Amino acid sequence: MTALPTKKLEAWRYTDLRALERLSFGAVPAAALPALPEFAGPIVVFANGRMSAPLAAPLGDGREFAPVQEHGPQSLAHINAEQAQDGLSLSVPAGIDGGALLMLSHNAGETPFAAHPRHRVTLGDNARLTLIELVKGEGVYWHNPVADIALHGGAVLTHIRLQQESTAAFNTTLIRANVAAGAAYEHFTATIGAKLSRTELHVSLLGEGARADLNAAQLLRGEQHGDFTAVVRHAAPNCASRQTVKSVLADDAHGVFQGRIEVAKGAQKTDGYQMSRALLLSERATMDIKPELEIFADDVKCSHGATIGALDAEQLFYLRSRGINEPEARAMLIHAFLEEAFAPVTDEAAHKLLIEAIGTWWTTP
Amino acid sequence: MLEIKNLRARIGEKEILKGIDLTVPTGEIHAIMGPNGAGKSTLSYVLSGRDGYEVTEGEVLYNGVNILELAPEDRAAAGMFLAFQYPVELPGVGNANFLRTALNAVRRKRGEPELDAVAFLKSARAAIKSLQMNEDFLKRNVNVGFSGGEKKRNEMLQMALLKPGLAILDETDSGLDIDALRIVSEGVNALRGPSFSALVITHYQRLLDHIVPDMVHVLAGGRIVRSGPKELALELEARGYAGVEAA
Repeated sequence: MTALPTKKLEAWRYTDLRALERLSFGAVPAAALPALPEFAGPIVVFANGRMSAPLAAPLGDGREFAPVQEHGPQSLAHINAEQAQDGLSLSVPAGIDGGALLMLSHNAGETPFAAHPRHRVTLGDNARLTLIELVKGEGVYWHNPVADIALHGGAVLTHIRLQQESTAAFNTTLIRANVAAGAAYEHFTATIGAKLSRTELHVSLLGEGARADLNAAQLLRGEQHGDFTAVVRHAAPNCASRQTVKSVLADDAHGVFQGRIEVAKGAQKTDGYQMSRALLLSERATMDIKPELEIFADDVKCSHGATIGALDAEQLFYLRSRGINEPEARAMLIHAFLEEAFAPVTDEAAHKLLIEAIGTWWTTP
Repeated sequence: MLEIKNLRARIGEKEILKGIDLTVPTGEIHAIMGPNGAGKSTLSYVLSGRDGYEVTEGEVLYNGVNILELAPEDRAAAGMFLAFQYPVELPGVGNANFLRTALNAVRRKRGEPELDAVAFLKSARAAIKSLQMNEDFLKRNVNVGFSGGEKKRNEMLQMALLKPGLAILDETDSGLDIDALRIVSEGVNALRGPSFSALVITHYQRLLDHIVPDMVHVLAGGRIVRSGPKELALELEARGYAGVEAA
């Protein structure tokens, strides 16, 4: 098997995979069909990396998996390519609005195993789709999905992920998107689960007027480690990208945001924005932020910013002076921070799932 | 009744309040005036329980209970209300949710039944109407993007809903416009009655044109140096603090 990346690599400076390396994985156990969430549209289920409930029409059954080869430098993608046995293959034809689709990934087993699904989503010219991913599990496993996304001219994909893996699990997710002229990739990841997780996005804006919104909220506690890494390549003029990450870190949790904006020579009038806000609820929690701008065009607007802080004492006192007990006042302020983090998610069903997830985040230890 | 007895407090090593004695009987409104740096804001914060102030001596009894031993939220439940000079913005916290949470927290502690959403909206709407506010106040985030006057109105709305027995108004800043003064004074005058007291802390006499106090106290150098009827405020206006302290 291809070796795991190490901290010696600049891109892996803050995320250490040695704990993953120490695990030995057995055969992928047979999986039972997990309980399905309430959802109005079609649902596709992956259990332990295998599609267990195929998609219903009109989008096709999503089963067109074919083995792939990797040539790029991303070693986790190589491992995925070596091991992948299944994945979602979805094409929305030109001009079609595919509506909203829910994909539930569920991993569970008695002994450690690894799942390496390989997903492919293609939207034809001016097609639309909302893809909501629920990622859950129980026990010790490594979930290493790779998704390749192609958006043709004017297509819009809204991709919302709620990562609630088992807190003993590892999740390394790689998403690569090619966005053609006038098309938009709108991404939101909520990282709540996993012992260690990394969500890595590589988005290329290839045609004029393409757009990428890459947003994330990380809610980490205990000794959880959450890494959100986003690379946007502006290859054409007049493209816009936004990266906003909000993190709430309790106990000994460790959050990472690496955001990179690359502007190619001809990509004039690029509008790039990057912002990280972190709320630290304990003195032991840590946040690492690495913004990178690599600009080869001369007429661009790129900005980045970062804040790290504790709950505001003045706000806490204001709430308490109105009769609200300190724990409740703290909860209100944390909730407010997260509500703002979820603001980019306008899809109602997805927003509801996220709000429910934060509800359980601070009531469960 | 509020009784402040020999209250001494400091911030770090610096003593700000140097033995304050003051009694506000139930049903009365008292004003505290004084020059900059006299300790006026410190007094309001010590009374409401803000962190960072160390009380070294004395006690503060509200209806016989030493409130210095209570957390800020329990002082609120006991019936105290601090109207902030600069109300704090709470991005992401809806005003309706905030008001209802506060109201029910206080009601719970007072042994009163909580209000459900419908009952809350009804009483909030009534208070909003009497304060001549717009109903979209409830939908906005707490104080976020509010004008100075709107923030003051929001304070008065909270006060109207929480129905305190003692309001402490920190209006030490000279930068308040006439509009804000009017809003605050209307809010206080609406509650005025035999079971309501207020401590109005201000630098300028003009607020007292609108809220006519039963007594005026002069705070200087961390002590009450003079007390008198409402006319004392006029004397201060005419002669300045230096003249009054010397007298």
